[in-house]
Amino acid sequence: MHRVLQQPFKTAVLVLVWGWLLLLVLIPNLLVVGASVMTRDPGTFLSLPLNLDSYRQLFDPLYLDVFLNSLYMAGMTTFFCLLIGYPFAWALSGLGKQRQTLLIFLLIVPFWTNSLVRTYALKLLLATNGLINNALMAVGLIDEPLKMLYTEGAVIIGLVYLLLPFMILPLYSVFEDLRQELLMASHDLGAGKLSTFLHVTVPLTLPGVLAGVMLVLLPAMGLFFVADILGGARNLLVGNVIKNQFLDARDWPFGAAASILLTVAMAVLLFAHRLSQRRLGEEAQT
Amino acid sequence: MSRWLPKTYLTLVYVLLYLPILVLVVFSFNNSRTGYRWGGLSLQWYESLFNNHAMVQAMWNSLWLALSAATVSTIIGALTALALHRYRFRGKRMLRGMLFVVMMSPEIVLAISLLALFLLVGLQLGFVSLLLAHVTFCLPFVVITVMARLSGFDESLPEAARDLGASDFTMTRTVLIPVIMPALLAGWLLGFTLSLDDVVVSTFVSGPSYEILPLRIYSMVRVGLKPEVNALGTLLLIFSLTMLMLSQWILTRSKR
Amino acid sequence: MKETLLSLKNVSKAFDGKTVLDSLDLDILDGEFITLLGPSGCGKTTLLRLIAGFEQPDIGSVILSGHDITHAAPEHRPLNTVFQNYALFPHMSVYDNVAYGLKMEKRPKDEIRQRVDEVLAMVQLQEFASRKPHQLSGGQQQRVAIARAVVKRPQLLLLDEPLSALDYKLRRTMQAELKRLQRELGITFVFVTHDQEEALSMSDRVVVLKDGEVQQLGTPREIYERPANLFTARFVGEANLFPGYLASVDESAITLDILSLRRTLQKPTFAVRKGEQVNVLLRPEDIRVLAPEDEQGLAGKIVERNYKGSTLDSVIHLEDGTEVLASEFFDEDDPAFDYRLGEAVRVSWVDGWEWLLPVELEPVNEEAEGLATDA
Repeated sequence: MHRVLQQPFKTAVLVLVWGWLLLLVLIPNLLVVGASVMTRDPGTFLSLPLNLDSYRQLFDPLYLDVFLNSLYMAGMTTFFCLLIGYPFAWALSGLGKQRQTLLIFLLIVPFWTNSLVRTYALKLLLATNGLINNALMAVGLIDEPLKMLYTEGAVIIGLVYLLLPFMILPLYSVFEDLRQELLMASHDLGAGKLSTFLHVTVPLTLPGVLAGVMLVLLPAMGLFFVADILGGARNLLVGNVIKNQFLDARDWPFGAAASILLTVAMAVLLFAHRLSQRRLGEEAQT
Repeated sequence: MSRWLPKTYLTLVYVLLYLPILVLVVFSFNNSRTGYRWGGLSLQWYESLFNNHAMVQAMWNSLWLALSAATVSTIIGALTALALHRYRFRGKRMLRGMLFVVMMSPEIVLAISLLALFLLVGLQLGFVSLLLAHVTFCLPFVVITVMARLSGFDESLPEAARDLGASDFTMTRTVLIPVIMPALLAGWLLGFTLSLDDVVVSTFVSGPSYEILPLRIYSMVRVGLKPEVNALGTLLLIFSLTMLMLSQWILTRSKR
Repeated sequence: MKETLLSLKNVSKAFDGKTVLDSLDLDILDGEFITLLGPSGCGKTTLLRLIAGFEQPDIGSVILSGHDITHAAPEHRPLNTVFQNYALFPHMSVYDNVAYGLKMEKRPKDEIRQRVDEVLAMVQLQEFASRKPHQLSGGQQQRVAIARAVVKRPQLLLLDEPLSALDYKLRRTMQAELKRLQRELGITFVFVTHDQEEALSMSDRVVVLKDGEVQQLGTPREIYERPANLFTARFVGEANLFPGYLASVDESAITLDILSLRRTLQKPTFAVRKGEQVNVLLRPEDIRVLAPEDEQGLAGKIVERNYKGSTLDSVIHLEDGTEVLASEFFDEDDPAFDYRLGEAVRVSWVDGWEWLLPVELEPVNEEAEGLATDA
């Protein structure tokens, strides 16, 4: 008690922060866990008895299909982000310092621009009578407009477009930390370009890959508005299911269970990320 | 080959990244009704945007919300960062961990948990619920920004101040706050932008009494094309760009 | 006579228009321990990188045992490098780091195991084989770096300031260790350092570099006792440089006036004429500090005394203002030895230990040590 009085400032700050986090993070999340094991009630949203029905419902073929499809789209999004982002970060880290700063700036400009508006902008390009179809027909590559909007592909394009910077930034940071000396050492010991890439570059940039995957994969399952705008009624994300359960169908236990599914996915990814960092000796001090 | 290949690749990605934005800006000046074809220059969509009363109201609401959320989260976030940086206390690792988890967890998870809380305690969904939610998801970003600044500064400065007779509080006010000022501004701008951009959390915790811009846009773009959105998007783009340049300017200036 | 293993012929290299190496020729002999010594920016690291293959010369060629390897990639050169900060792969164990080069050669598993064990034993790290680099001390990391390079049995081992990150004591231990390894392995070592003491104590031959040009190539003894020019004289060890005026010159001997003392010496290798001036180099340990009543030498007084353990270093101001550095071996039994600050003494040196250098035009900004001649 004596020490508390000695440091009123410290005590006040800690009470404020802990209070905020307990009240607006911990308790609400416990409520969600609680909600997931209760029974749906049309009047009060939730009622007793406690049961695991909502979790069982996750494996209902109807929803399982949606989840698997959402996972597939998120997986494809992550894959394309990695495919585009990895060489991108690599090329970026090889440029001069000044140019790097400028290009990073240009990369985060879209991130600071309203994501709804950007998703909507894609619609202008992808629509049946949109710009891409018009351009392709004008040059005579196609006779009939392609159906691009309201497809799975459109949702994936939208997600990649919104989430690409989140893949590139952690990758860029590991490429920045990758010491040129290590690549030189590898060549010196007789490894060619490919061997060096596989044995040195890839393992050393793995934490960045995992961080990027984490930052892309999870939002790619949650960003319901992208599926709403670009995917039409059939291509749903886990986020759409949760939103529908909470705001339209009013099945809270099921929505809560679906959200816990995402939390579990996050926990798995966080764990994998930590593991990969520990393998490198937690930012090896050299 | 090894010289131009990376550059060509980078350029290509940037073109793809900016193409939709460019199209949006160009079409905001389009005089055509159909939305997909170019019909000459016009400012009609800007005009109809500003004549849309509900839209302008939503804009003001959003601005006010973002200002409040950024300010509150900057104050709490900065204090938290200072505590994490300076003090030893039980549960420090847990506090860090929790902030990290908040930052990483999907927005929608945060959204429904807050919705559950607000309904449980009977809070009317509106400005207050939006503010609490926005501050919560901005908080970790502010903490990270300020922590980064603090970790790069001389540990002996606070000790020197204490040695010269400043109390803990006075030292914080006269030494630490000035040092982290640029980070505070950057964190504030980040919070402001995150708040202004948020769709997911706001969808859950806003009520009919307080309509904000992203939700207004959302309801407009869900079906079909609304050329006003092009105009609005262009304005938002200019706004964000200004803010971003401001924050970059502040950060680079402070490094000297 | 040892054979030439690697030769650099007329090698030049510039970065952004700034010349780093200027038409440099150098022959490295098989089995020798050769050191590239010079201040930072002298081009020694660039030279090493050219040999390793990380850089290519703008002109000139690199020949290894008769083969032109100027444009060969680093991975195709039968030589290996110990990097300044070790460059150990942080994600691999000590064993995997050392085995890396052999895996790249696609050696059979058994052979790899045997050779890695052997070389780890040589650097006394067998028990650490499964550790990660960050779990090792600086000295141990250094040993891994060496083991990783020598396990490939290179014809030539390049060492880029490998000891610069270690503290003084560990440095001394590693110096001895490196010498031992070099003897045992019989591999040619090309060692880069800016530490002249390290260069002298470890090498068979030393290359003194400045501004991308070889100043002198010779044994440590030659470099120290018979430096080729003022730069080497000053860079390697402490130096007193006095002006000497040629009083007479004949067939084999010269008479020289050094600070009002007349000495007769052997004729130097460079051309001299009567009336000309030369630089006389005397190392601090060549200087004798005598009692004031002594008849020999020059009068002066002590302005600084530094106890260095085994030696006692003094700075003496002569009456004409010349500053002299003297370094004497400590002798507790000599009562006359302990002079105080400000005390009057006389200064002399061992006859015949003078080393003569021609007068050079010096850039004005170069700070003169001792007393350089006015050029």
